[in-house]
Amino acid sequence: MALLEVRDLVVEFTTEAGTVHAVEGVSFELEHGQALGLAGESGCGKTTTALSLMRLLPSNGRVVSGSIRFDGRDLVKASEETIRRIRWNEISIIFQGAMNSLNPVQRVGKQIAEPIVVHEDVEVSEAMRRAGDLLELVGIPARRISEYPHEFSGGMRQRVMIAMALACNPKIVIADEPVTALDVMIQAQILELLERLKRELDLSMIFISHDLSVLAETCDRIAIMYAGKIMESGGTVDVFTDAKHPYTQGLVGAFPDVHGRRVLPDAIPGTVPSLISPPHGCVFHPRCKYAFERCPRAEPALATTTPGRRVACFLYPEVAEVPARSTPLAKP
Amino acid sequence: MGTADVVLPASRVVPPWRASLTVAARRLEDVWAQIRRSRTAMVGLGILVFFALMATFAPLLAPYGPMERTPNCNALGQLCPPSNEHPLGTSFNNEDVVSQVIWGSQVSLFVGVVSAAVASVVGTAVGLISGFAGGWIDEVMMRFNDIVLSVPWLVLMIVIAGIVGIIDLWGIIAVIGLTGWSLTARVIRAQVLSVKERMFVERARMVGSSNWHILWRHIFPNAFPLIFANTILTVAISIISEAVLAFLRLSPPSVISWGRVINDAIQGGALINNNAGWLIAPGLCIVFLVFGFYLYGYALDEILNPRLRRR
Repeated sequence: MALLEVRDLVVEFTTEAGTVHAVEGVSFELEHGQALGLAGESGCGKTTTALSLMRLLPSNGRVVSGSIRFDGRDLVKASEETIRRIRWNEISIIFQGAMNSLNPVQRVGKQIAEPIVVHEDVEVSEAMRRAGDLLELVGIPARRISEYPHEFSGGMRQRVMIAMALACNPKIVIADEPVTALDVMIQAQILELLERLKRELDLSMIFISHDLSVLAETCDRIAIMYAGKIMESGGTVDVFTDAKHPYTQGLVGAFPDVHGRRVLPDAIPGTVPSLISPPHGCVFHPRCKYAFERCPRAEPALATTTPGRRVACFLYPEVAEVPARSTPLAKP
Repeated sequence: MGTADVVLPASRVVPPWRASLTVAARRLEDVWAQIRRSRTAMVGLGILVFFALMATFAPLLAPYGPMERTPNCNALGQLCPPSNEHPLGTSFNNEDVVSQVIWGSQVSLFVGVVSAAVASVVGTAVGLISGFAGGWIDEVMMRFNDIVLSVPWLVLMIVIAGIVGIIDLWGIIAVIGLTGWSLTARVIRAQVLSVKERMFVERARMVGSSNWHILWRHIFPNAFPLIFANTILTVAISIISEAVLAFLRLSPPSVISWGRVINDAIQGGALINNNAGWLIAPGLCIVFLVFGFYLYGYALDEILNPRLRRR
């Protein structure tokens, strides 16, 4: 059985403008030792999905339905106490934006030790010793635990955030845009580090990125998200070499080819729809060049086309319609 | 990342307490170097050191005690004009004015610093809790603060001092400290509101830290430079407050401070008696001491505030 199994996860945010359907029936599983990539444009629900795994949604967000099975327990139904024990000890997260996720006036060692002190019953000195070990683990000399974040470069701060995520020996590490805003050489170093840690510490990882090349390098499997839904999933190589869904084709096509002719990559016209009133039927149909009469009327379910590949698009005969919702969505 | 990434053998790793001592010392040196570079800070500091020395060595500097009756300079028992023995003349009961001004620096500094500390502690506590808790706690605290703020603070202080009747220095410190915290509370609350939206607070929350830990370990240290600079500015206000109360004779009768000396000078007709120095000397002292605190406070704000800091 998979280490982590998410089924039909639905997450909503209550805002003044209305209910935001941030995640609409997302399902995936993460095997032990695997790296899963969640890809998609900004605002398509990647981070929300990740945060709901650890029950860290902002106060106006809630998991409406679905299940998150981890180690035989359903995290959606688990008590706050259980979640507290799982957080950091079992599942941890490398935060988006290392620049701002460190307290500028606290020494980095203290900050790395923070989850240890909070989640484990250890002396502060012991926690600090472990913080030093963790720094060594991510390739920073342990003596630098007594320095302040501004004495570190961007890449090193990201390493500090990684050390913080590893503080309590988790089984699953979620990396939320781990290399965004770093320059390319540093990106490569950080990805290499994550790869090494995953191998050495026997981690399972969820990578979240809008950058397909990052996911291509690091992930075994990949799920393409759009407007709170998974459009396509499969082995990374399969998805990139043989994209089934028109949105995935667009994303892959939007990549400039260094060796090819000097032409601008094909952009996907239009923007991500409002998640307050998503389009009727297939959420992608307003931007899809293959859309036909069935697309605005019914919603395609994520169906297995070939073993290990799943697609939600009516272009493929295997794909069925999602049964009508009990609560009608906004007018078409 | 080059040489910085070279991993040291474990034996050469400095124990954390020693490393943190070194860092603290380095940081202090750093701050001092910046103070030395800032002309504003140095002028302010110079003024403060001058008055601090005056207060410390008052027993040596002042020829007489603050309320010591000097021998009569004329048989009629009138106030003495400036002379070689009394450069600023004498006050009622033949007290030496120069000595009173020198001794007065003790009172002004002591009351100013201690009541500013009281005001800062109260204001910081209110500001931190109000800004961090939000909701109805914030609402109640800030509406109460508005009430305190809407009454002119000087008037409020005078009225309270008049009603309770101040008998010693602690009384005057309590009155100044407990009426002077509302502006501090506002400033700190504003800072807390901005710090608490920063990512590292969100991160600390996600890591699982308690509210108390977040407030004390993450928000307070980030607001601290502002609190410190604000306290120094509050000292300036407290010194003025003390002078006002003393001038209005609402301060304890046995304590001679600059405000009292000015009041005496007016009562004694300093200008008519050709002894303008009696009025001007304590006035200048107040102005310069307050000025010194303002200069130093603003310069420190620039140096300690992480966002204004130049690196």
